[in-house]
Amino acid sequence: MAQVSLNNVQKVYPNGFQALHPTGFEVADGEFVVLVGPSGCGKSTLLRMIAGLEDITDGSLHIGDRVVNHVDPADRDIAMVFQNYALYPHMTVRKNIAYGLQNRKIAKDVIAGKVAEAAEMLNLNDYLDRKPSQLSGGQRQRVAMGRAIVRDPSVFLFDEPLSNLDAKLRNQMRVEIKALQRRLGVTSIYVTHDQVEAMTMADRIIVMNAGRIEQIGTPSEVYHRPASTFVASFMGAPPMNMLPGVAENGAAHLFDLPIADQVAARGEVIVGIRPEDLIPDATGPLAIEVDHIEDLGAHRLLHGALRDARLTVHVSKDVEVAHGPLRVAIKPDAVSVFDVTSGARL
Amino acid sequence: MSDMTNPPRRRLRLGTIMDHAILIIGVLVMVLPLVMLVQMSSIPDTEIIKTGPSLHFGDQLDDNFEKAMFGATGFSGENAGTRMLMNSLILGIGFAVGKIVIGMMAAYAIVYFRLRFATLAFWVIFTTLLLPLEVRILPSYEVVQNLGMVNTYHGLIIPLIASATATFFFRQFFRSVPEELVEAARIDGAGPVRFFIDILVPLSQTMIAAMFIIMFVFGWNQYLWPTMITTEEGMFTLVRGIKQIVQVLEGNRVPEFGRANLLAIIAVVPPVLIVVFFQSWFVKGLTESDK
Repeated sequence: MAQVSLNNVQKVYPNGFQALHPTGFEVADGEFVVLVGPSGCGKSTLLRMIAGLEDITDGSLHIGDRVVNHVDPADRDIAMVFQNYALYPHMTVRKNIAYGLQNRKIAKDVIAGKVAEAAEMLNLNDYLDRKPSQLSGGQRQRVAMGRAIVRDPSVFLFDEPLSNLDAKLRNQMRVEIKALQRRLGVTSIYVTHDQVEAMTMADRIIVMNAGRIEQIGTPSEVYHRPASTFVASFMGAPPMNMLPGVAENGAAHLFDLPIADQVAARGEVIVGIRPEDLIPDATGPLAIEVDHIEDLGAHRLLHGALRDARLTVHVSKDVEVAHGPLRVAIKPDAVSVFDVTSGARL
Repeated sequence: MSDMTNPPRRRLRLGTIMDHAILIIGVLVMVLPLVMLVQMSSIPDTEIIKTGPSLHFGDQLDDNFEKAMFGATGFSGENAGTRMLMNSLILGIGFAVGKIVIGMMAAYAIVYFRLRFATLAFWVIFTTLLLPLEVRILPSYEVVQNLGMVNTYHGLIIPLIASATATFFFRQFFRSVPEELVEAARIDGAGPVRFFIDILVPLSQTMIAAMFIIMFVFGWNQYLWPTMITTEEGMFTLVRGIKQIVQVLEGNRVPEFGRANLLAIIAVVPPVLIVVFFQSWFVKGLTESDK
């Protein structure tokens, strides 16, 4: 059990590419933190630096109360689960799980006990003598988890562990991993590009973009109070509606409609409203022209135009909708205002 | 109805016959010399001198086999067939194993370690393909001679085992091993040696088998180097020794053609057996790139 803390950690590749700008955050003991962002945003690099698979160019990394910048991956007391599982193809499941312990010169009977315990926990008892090639994707992922669990590490690192699974299995494994982590209480850092995984699993989410951290917060904070237009559009499907607005006299206006007060800026701003915060209402202040309806079963997405801006409205399946004009109201306090140039929240 | 279906079938049969004819001709071209060898080792040596190869099979086959395996001529009487067979096996196996071990280790160093000039080192190794033994035979002999390794097994084997071919094949194979395996092993606490032995070698099994076949046959068929380096008859390999048997200097003795011919047949057998038994591995190793 340990906390992880990063202090101005950065990564510059020999060719001068800055994969990670100076970054700092802390992961508390037992916390489940999800690093999320589009591909190439540096989240995997960051995870691999914590694992010790990539050198840290500058800054310091603590695991527990140790600085581990120059500690070998094997001695960092971490375990990692890879996207393609990285199981040793020629070894049985049992050997795969035991391999890390064997290398640490642990007594055979102790290893056997730990492997049995992990296999029990992960429902792998019937597969211990199979080779990885004889397992399904979900089972392979469990073996990879088992390999991490038996080591009894202070930190779990997950590198997009569910990306190779089909959608149904992904949902199931998502729940399993989270439950397992809660049971074991091990500090975990989880990398994904899937915002649903981030929202559902994380105690705290770290949203990254272009080698920088955009926002750190609980799933609810990140969703409801995005720190930038990037976070607002990356988290949530469909993304937040971004509409052109004007700020004056301490308030933000959307097409002459005052929608947010206590805005210090002046001039053009971006007004962000989540699709589900727009409610069809015959007396609503906004007149939308709906031109496309997506029916998703449990709910519907109405795509339309508000003057010359595009937006999406999220309605539950019980609401009667049709193409054509629609008046909507905005849920109180559900509006985010962003700076036009920097995209930062105002 | 039958008129409709027959023509295509007949055409197919004609094609099949053609295919088989070509294959059979190919087989005959390959096998005929061997059949001639068998014929010639079944008749007395004097008859070979008189008539040469013919269609007449004699009754000397077991006699000549006896002579070939256990009989010895020469000055020391140590060049019996069994002895030469053993020497050839030692050369073939030592040559193959040595090349595989060296090639694997060189490829391991080039692929997995961030060496300065690793690529350059690889290409330097690769260009030695342009310098086969025949080109460097004088300096090689000089060195081996000075080290006192003439007429020894290590003198026979070691100068031949540096192998660009094996290094190249193993390099290509190692590059196809997923990066994550290395990383998982690092996190599992496996050092470079552990990783090599526990993971890379087992993964390379099929590749090793394929290399073994190629290299064993290659080593078995070595002629020039053994001829240079072995002067004692007890060190002769089969391929080199057969030649010695037919060379008879004294005027009125008939060369032991039967014995030499039978030894030639025996010399063909081990490489054939190895290829037959390891054939499936061989194809797998050379075609199956990923695990």
